Amino acid sequence: MKFPYSQKVLEHFKNPHNVGKIENPDGKGLEGSPACGDMVAVYIKVNSDTKVIEDIKFESYGCASNIATGSVITDLARGKTLDEAKKITWKQASEELGGLPPIKAHCSVLAVEGLRAAIKDYEEKHGLVTEKEPTTEEVVRSRLKHVMNPLTGLDIIRTNLILRTSVEDGVVRVVVDLPANHQFAPAIKEDIMEKLGSLWDVEKVDVVFTA
Amino acid sequence: MIISNGEGEKIFENVRYLDNAACTRLDERVLEAMKPYFFDTYAVATSEFGYSMGIDAKEALQRSRESIASKLNANSEEVIFTSGSTESSNTALKGIALALKEKKGKHVVVSKIEDFPVLNTAKALERQGFSATFLDVDAEGFVNLEGLKNAITKETVLVSIQQGNQEIGTVQDLKAISEICEEKDVLLHTDATHSFTRVPLNVKELPVDLITMSAHTIHGPRGIGALYIRKDTPITKFMDGGFQEFNLRAGVEDIPSAVGFAKAIELVTDEENRRLKAMRDRVIDKALSEISEVTLNGSREKRLPQNANLTFHYVEGESITLHMDMRGFAVSTGSACFSRSLEASHVIRGIGGDHERAHGSVRFTFGRYNHIKDADAAIEAMSEIVARLREISPLARK
Repeated sequence: MKFPYSQKVLEHFKNPHNVGKIENPDGKGLEGSPACGDMVAVYIKVNSDTKVIEDIKFESYGCASNIATGSVITDLARGKTLDEAKKITWKQASEELGGLPPIKAHCSVLAVEGLRAAIKDYEEKHGLVTEKEPTTEEVVRSRLKHVMNPLTGLDIIRTNLILRTSVEDGVVRVVVDLPANHQFAPAIKEDIMEKLGSLWDVEKVDVVFTA
Repeated sequence: MIISNGEGEKIFENVRYLDNAACTRLDERVLEAMKPYFFDTYAVATSEFGYSMGIDAKEALQRSRESIASKLNANSEEVIFTSGSTESSNTALKGIALALKEKKGKHVVVSKIEDFPVLNTAKALERQGFSATFLDVDAEGFVNLEGLKNAITKETVLVSIQQGNQEIGTVQDLKAISEICEEKDVLLHTDATHSFTRVPLNVKELPVDLITMSAHTIHGPRGIGALYIRKDTPITKFMDGGFQEFNLRAGVEDIPSAVGFAKAIELVTDEENRRLKAMRDRVIDKALSEISEVTLNGSREKRLPQNANLTFHYVEGESITLHMDMRGFAVSTGSACFSRSLEASHVIRGIGGDHERAHGSVRFTFGRYNHIKDADAAIEAMSEIVARLREISPLARK
């Protein structure tokens, strides 16, 4: 049989590691949404002295690459300190899995984001973050790197789909170089709204199409 | 890979193909009927004053045309061959639009759950200065008849509403629809790609003016379809070339495929349709009774005999299809997960379903080479897969 995934991806998909929920976790991250078709929850137990991740579990509502990435990323993070775990990248996970189809990048990146969100949650709860980072254009652009351009399978920043961004008084404005009636316009808009709307100091997100 | 001998008995057990709406396995008897027109009577159809082989070819084409026409209770000169559903629907919509835009107006009406050939042709017409109304459907996928009445204006050149839906199998009330169109004096096209031979369609009883048909959904060859055009319907060809198919479809006729199409129609029986319906009902009944939190998509009663479509909540369709594939089943899903920005099923969204309902939808479509045991096995596998995926889903209630 021929599958679109590597053997390694299929193994993790069939028998994912570290699946489930941790009751009363020290940190929890939730990324994605049912609307975009993928969602990942990551739970961590952290040793308060050593800051080592002693237990980690994940849940996934998503496709095979989402599940497989959740599986390897939790394997990679277990036993690492928070600072080490923060540095785990999607690229590492993808390499560990023997490669992922480019079009699936967005599904699998969520697991990495979930892990980082869980760590951040822990840090915020334990006073390790002194103040919340204000949303700047830089923050906006880095978030938009997680929105895929379906025409290419790469993100909308790298493929120059974003013409301008601005942040003013809690209003983020994003200008997308696509006509509003483009087949992918509604999906891209939805994705952008979701990525930026959750930022703590953002009240409104305006997505503007060029035509 | 041969899956069965056509009588439901398994020769190879490993693949259970339940995606017959996408394409079907060719019936050997169809292939046998086609063969002579590749190797013996391989000439193009000539006029009756041509040479013998060409005249024989022409007669074979004519016989095929007659058998398609007779299935619809139509006359043979009302049927043209095309390369498939996409071309048939393009010919119908663009052909009528071209013929009537000066005489009548520039407006078409289609349902919002049409398959892409009709949906995207309507959108293409919009880009060429036409306006299009995309009719709402109810929670089971039925076109709102009042909405249809209100949508038709003096400018409307064509209404296009499918007979049976490609994803959720809902069979429209074509009688009521055609009566409205007749009363409003507007032409009606129906895409019967998934219903032709499976659901009755008689042009003497229903005032439908154009019908899209295809061989690939009924164990015939792919790459051939037909379009019924009621006598005296104003239509302009949109593809220029020779004078074939009553000067409506240019290009060398694919006689082997036309013969195959006719044979495929002959092989569909009422008994087979009852058999498919039993498999469909088995899947629907078992899924609803044996698996929790399942929603049927489409109508329970007024649906294509070969189609079951269900949403398994809290799980995502691509994961399901991959698990099913690993167990030897071919099924399809309305999930957008293939690429997030590829839209989730417009049909499930059209019947008011949210993204989650579309992502978790699975379509099972049966064909001649399936057995009722496949329906049982599919639900048994689904039951395990859904339980497994719900265990790891953050959305599932546990």
